[in-house]
Amino acid sequence: MLALVAVHALTAVIAPALVRLWGRNALYLVALVPGATLVWALTHTAGVRSGDPVVETVPWVPQLGLELALRMGTLSWLMVVLVGGVGALVLAYSARYFRNDDPGLGRFAAVFVAFAGAMLGLAVSDDLLLLYVFWELTTVFSYLLIGSDPAKRASRRAAMQALLVTTLGGLAMLAGFVMLGQHAGTYRWSEIAGNLPGGGYLTVAALLILLGALSKSAIFPFSFWLPGAMAAPTPVSAYLHAAAMVKAGVFLVALLGPALAAAAPWRPVLLATGLLTMFLGGWAALRQVDLKLLLAYGTVSQLGLLMVILGAGTRDTALAGAAMVLAHALFKATLFLTVGVIDHTAGTRDLRELSGLGRRAPALAVVAGLAAASMAGLPPMAGFVAKEAAVEALLHGGVVDLVVLAGVLLGSVLTVAYTLRFLWGAFADKPGIEATEAKPLSWPFLAPTAVLALAGVAVGLLAPAVDRLLTPYADLYPSAEPGYHLALWHGLTPALGLSALAVAGGLGLFHLLRRETVRASLRLPFDGAAGYQKLIAGVDRLAVELTGATQRGSLPFYLGVILVVLVLLPGGALLAGAPWSGGFHLWDTPLQAVAGAVVVVAAVMAACALRRLTAMILVGVAGYGIALMFILHGAPDLALTQFLVETVTIVMFVLVLRRLPVKFSERPIRASRRGRVAIGVAVGAVTAGMAYVAAGARVAEPVSVGFPDEAVSYGGGKNVVNVTLVDIRAWDTMGEIAVLVVAATGVASLIFRRARDLDRRGDIPGGGRTETARPRWLTTGATARAQSVILQVVTRLLFHAIVLFSIYLLFSGHNAPGGGFAAGLVAGLALAVRYLAGGRTELNGAAPVDAGVVLGAGLFVAVGTGVAAMLLGGEFLQSALLDFHLPVLGHIHFVTSVFFDVGVYLIVVGLVLDILRSLGAEMDRQQETEGGAEVREKELV
Amino acid sequence: MTPNLTYVIVIGVLVAAGVTLLLERSLTRVLMGVILLGNGANLLLLTGGQAGGPPIVGTTPQEEMSDPLPQAMILTAIVITLGMTAFLLALAYRSWHLNGHDEVQDDVEDRRIMDLAERDEGPGDADAGSGDDDDDDDPTGGNRPVATTADAGRTG
Repeated sequence: MLALVAVHALTAVIAPALVRLWGRNALYLVALVPGATLVWALTHTAGVRSGDPVVETVPWVPQLGLELALRMGTLSWLMVVLVGGVGALVLAYSARYFRNDDPGLGRFAAVFVAFAGAMLGLAVSDDLLLLYVFWELTTVFSYLLIGSDPAKRASRRAAMQALLVTTLGGLAMLAGFVMLGQHAGTYRWSEIAGNLPGGGYLTVAALLILLGALSKSAIFPFSFWLPGAMAAPTPVSAYLHAAAMVKAGVFLVALLGPALAAAAPWRPVLLATGLLTMFLGGWAALRQVDLKLLLAYGTVSQLGLLMVILGAGTRDTALAGAAMVLAHALFKATLFLTVGVIDHTAGTRDLRELSGLGRRAPALAVVAGLAAASMAGLPPMAGFVAKEAAVEALLHGGVVDLVVLAGVLLGSVLTVAYTLRFLWGAFADKPGIEATEAKPLSWPFLAPTAVLALAGVAVGLLAPAVDRLLTPYADLYPSAEPGYHLALWHGLTPALGLSALAVAGGLGLFHLLRRETVRASLRLPFDGAAGYQKLIAGVDRLAVELTGATQRGSLPFYLGVILVVLVLLPGGALLAGAPWSGGFHLWDTPLQAVAGAVVVVAAVMAACALRRLTAMILVGVAGYGIALMFILHGAPDLALTQFLVETVTIVMFVLVLRRLPVKFSERPIRASRRGRVAIGVAVGAVTAGMAYVAAGARVAEPVSVGFPDEAVSYGGGKNVVNVTLVDIRAWDTMGEIAVLVVAATGVASLIFRRARDLDRRGDIPGGGRTETARPRWLTTGATARAQSVILQVVTRLLFHAIVLFSIYLLFSGHNAPGGGFAAGLVAGLALAVRYLAGGRTELNGAAPVDAGVVLGAGLFVAVGTGVAAMLLGGEFLQSALLDFHLPVLGHIHFVTSVFFDVGVYLIVVGLVLDILRSLGAEMDRQQETEGGAEVREKELV
Repeated sequence: MTPNLTYVIVIGVLVAAGVTLLLERSLTRVLMGVILLGNGANLLLLTGGQAGGPPIVGTTPQEEMSDPLPQAMILTAIVITLGMTAFLLALAYRSWHLNGHDEVQDDVEDRRIMDLAERDEGPGDADAGSGDDDDDDDPTGGNRPVATTADAGRTG
């Protein structure tokens, strides 16, 4: 079975190529695939008849317990036969329906056969999740087929409508499946059926599943999508919207019915919606002038009938329902194909324009007549056999069944009437309308239609054989007495009399409606499509209003909302829970209070400052104050890094602020400023409260208690913080240096406007070289006129010492305060000093490399260290201790994580160099080349 | 462990000042807010571990050491703040270069939708009668005023 599905998929892939090669005749080849399905199903007929299902299981995702569980019982067999048989015939028909130069032919062939495969999979799925997958696949392919003319708005709308409606139902159905599956612990339907939950749980699950089935089969209130889907080419309508896809819902009801019919909502929902759909559909069909739409509404009506019969949920109705599924597929596909033929030969399918076609195309009329007879339920057709069975089954039921029977008979009256209307409209001679011109029919075009019609006759004539095939399905329902059997002739039974009455009623109704005045008074009491459009319009409206109300487009607004939530929820929890512990201490040493006071004053003043430079200096002071607090806390590494970072930050600010206006703009309005301060104070208070609670709530032993021992024995270093960075939590550091590289890249790409400008991140060859080429060590460059000579010379003298110191910090960092970050910042500051003293030529002299190269090298070294450890059999970034003896240097104690720290060092140096090149050198250059920018700057100040 | 009140107050003030600046529109101020907020957050992390001597084996007895783990985390955070500061500064400069100011502007597209909502226009209003939003066959595409979708629903 899986192989067959795979063949469909494969054919779908190559079908466009086949069509390009052989034109429409390629469809005959493609038709072999569903044909093969039919043959395969027929070879298994004997097994299925003896109630012996074909089972096939392939593991799919064992971790999730998903497997491709396929199972073909009697009902599935029936569906497979229909899907394969009708599919093959419709494809053969399409080979003459389309023209060779139809642009969408390849696509049609591919999607059509893919749909057939999905439908096959749907029919034989035993796993409900798998069934859902195929179910949605049919929805998607149906969407593609309905929208086969993407240039037409109506076509796109119809496709979207069908997609939305059926997908919505499908999702509900999935929820129902999940409910059943979770309860049973398996998704195999054959196992779930014996292990159903009870009570309200089952009710909800059954309702959800019904929602899926009803929407798929276009049952009220979802009926409207099916007539809309008639935008598709006629072969698609014949296959998807008569024989196959819309039957999926019916199939699901039939499949689950034997187990779920006992659930509370199953029968009432199906009977009520089914009957209503049957009336509404039949009623609407009588009003149509387009033959295809007439059939579409007729299909809606018949789907309602099918739901009613299968929903009644007894052994005999199940048998009747299965027979009806078969009969309906045969006659409705035939009739749709007939409409396609009429459309092609006569050029119209409007019954007000057709006249006398019966005499010009008698063969077509006969074929259509056979199918129509089956639809109307006349002997000896399949439709007659099925309807007799249904009437007989309902006749022997309770009061509800009798009410349903009355409904079904009324539906039959409508059916007979619109059948006659179809035949009359398509073929009759109409006075006052000139006879339709008809092109001659070719037999290959007509043959598939005729085969389908004759199959309908055969099923009727061979009713006892069909009965034996379908009985195993019906017997899934418990039944005390010996059941009904399908047959053409049961004698003069009450059922036969009722059927005759329905036919007579239909004749009468048809003649009544011949009068235009009566037909015009037919109005559909409810239009589902209008409701759908109102709903969709409402959703759109809601989206606009909601987006307009929430997406204000203002960053401060968004932040404000988030922060207010922070204040209200965690802040409220703080107040409500009041988890204030008993004790606190003012400080560890009183000096902390001094440093804290500095930070507090600086922060508050920074928030109030109106000048950029003032604010920047105050923020810097606060940062240095924090560094002081780090020292007092006993964190020399932090203090060192914080000092260095603050310094680099100040350098950066100075570089940028020299271009920006001195004062902040006056935009903030006083009122909104108060609001901001209020939010700020509230968030500050909540954070302080959380800090208080969190510190007091701590009772467990810190994770880091073992760190010092591990640092020495595994990390080979005495500075616990540094070992933590390069060894214990090396992954953290890895992520962080990656962020630094990204940030540096971002800075460069914001400042350098074109990709080729990025070359200037490095030492500029050519013109720049003459400036940087230094004949003698301390000779200052050409820019010396603008800057202090003494400063330049002094920085040059100091530069190497600082760099050397940074390298010392890097290597000593494992055992004393320092490490890659601090060392890199020191080296970066050395570069910054060189730049500040002598501008970009001086910077190029100090670091004649591309910042990107330094960054890349750092990342390479860091990752390389980790990978090397892996290659040597360790974990990523695991460090090893090496002790060896070197001449002159003596005993060497070496830890491999130093390499990682070197990578960190290079990246930090690269970051600072990148900043200096971008915010410094490149901005200088832009200022020099663009005099206009300066004017603008002055105006703004 | 009992809370250190000095830390608690400093954290509160740093966060309050940081948030106040963060809600401004000037990118430079936002950036300063981020820096202050970052300092406050670092201090908050620091309260997670006890104070003591430098966590260097041999210098401080183990039981007197300050907790090294929050320190390692804060060290990472400090340097990341540096990278972020550089990026935001570059952004502020770029904004100034392009627009003549460094202010965070409102999103224009969001503004348009707000206007639509206020005027009760756009897809799904009473005139359109349908949710047909696919105007991909419309040659004018997105430049078309949204209000003219009123004729979209008449084709079905």
